[in-house]
Amino acid sequence: MKILYFAWMRQRIGMSTETVDLPADVATVDDLIDWLIGRGDGYGAAFEKRDVIRAAVNQDYVPFDHPVTDADEIAFFPPVTGG
Amino acid sequence: MIRVQQEDFDIGVETKALTAGKTTIGGVATFTGMVRDMAPVDGSDQPISAMTLEHYPGMTKKKLAEIEAEANRRWPLDASLIIHRYGRLEPGDQIVLVACASAHRQAAFDACQFLMDWLKTDAPFWKLEDTDAGEMWVETRATDDAAAARWKQESGKTE
Repeated sequence: MKILYFAWMRQRIGMSTETVDLPADVATVDDLIDWLIGRGDGYGAAFEKRDVIRAAVNQDYVPFDHPVTDADEIAFFPPVTGG
Repeated sequence: MIRVQQEDFDIGVETKALTAGKTTIGGVATFTGMVRDMAPVDGSDQPISAMTLEHYPGMTKKKLAEIEAEANRRWPLDASLIIHRYGRLEPGDQIVLVACASAHRQAAFDACQFLMDWLKTDAPFWKLEDTDAGEMWVETRATDDAAAARWKQESGKTE
């Protein structure tokens, strides 16, 4: 699975993109966040404000109960500020 | 039409190209967003020296195309254009252009406002401002959410 991070989430994690092998017990975006937080400090800081961050699977906004698979591209980012 | 680019744009050139040969058009409404030299930091305006726009290339064009298609579904537009810049910009620089052309002004004005409201809340861009206090990520404003929610209520659409 390809994971992308933007804005202050990218800064806190220290990279903009990574490819991971999805563990068998990760079925949803929520599960993925729990698993990522378990990987270390930067992730904990990036996902600290879990209620404000947004997720996109294959370039569409999704709720955190959305399923994820190894073939997906998932992105995590703070609220957007376009325009 | 959608363009996501680092380069600046010329409103006159863009408007002329958008309306060329389309004599059913009665008016064009345009909105240009620019970098302000002040930004709110902890409740008070502070000077900024630059703003860097980051975006999610794979998703940006897709979301802008969806937002533009929605505007064309809601209003009888003869032509529409969204140009959004990314990269490092300075106060006075242009950030975004929205142009909507229609037979009558109301549709053009309303579609233009709709597009700007949705760009604020749905287009995957993030702004990093250089202030005297250091670099600051621009936060979402509650008034932007409220402005976009108004349109969602009108259509019964949630996202």
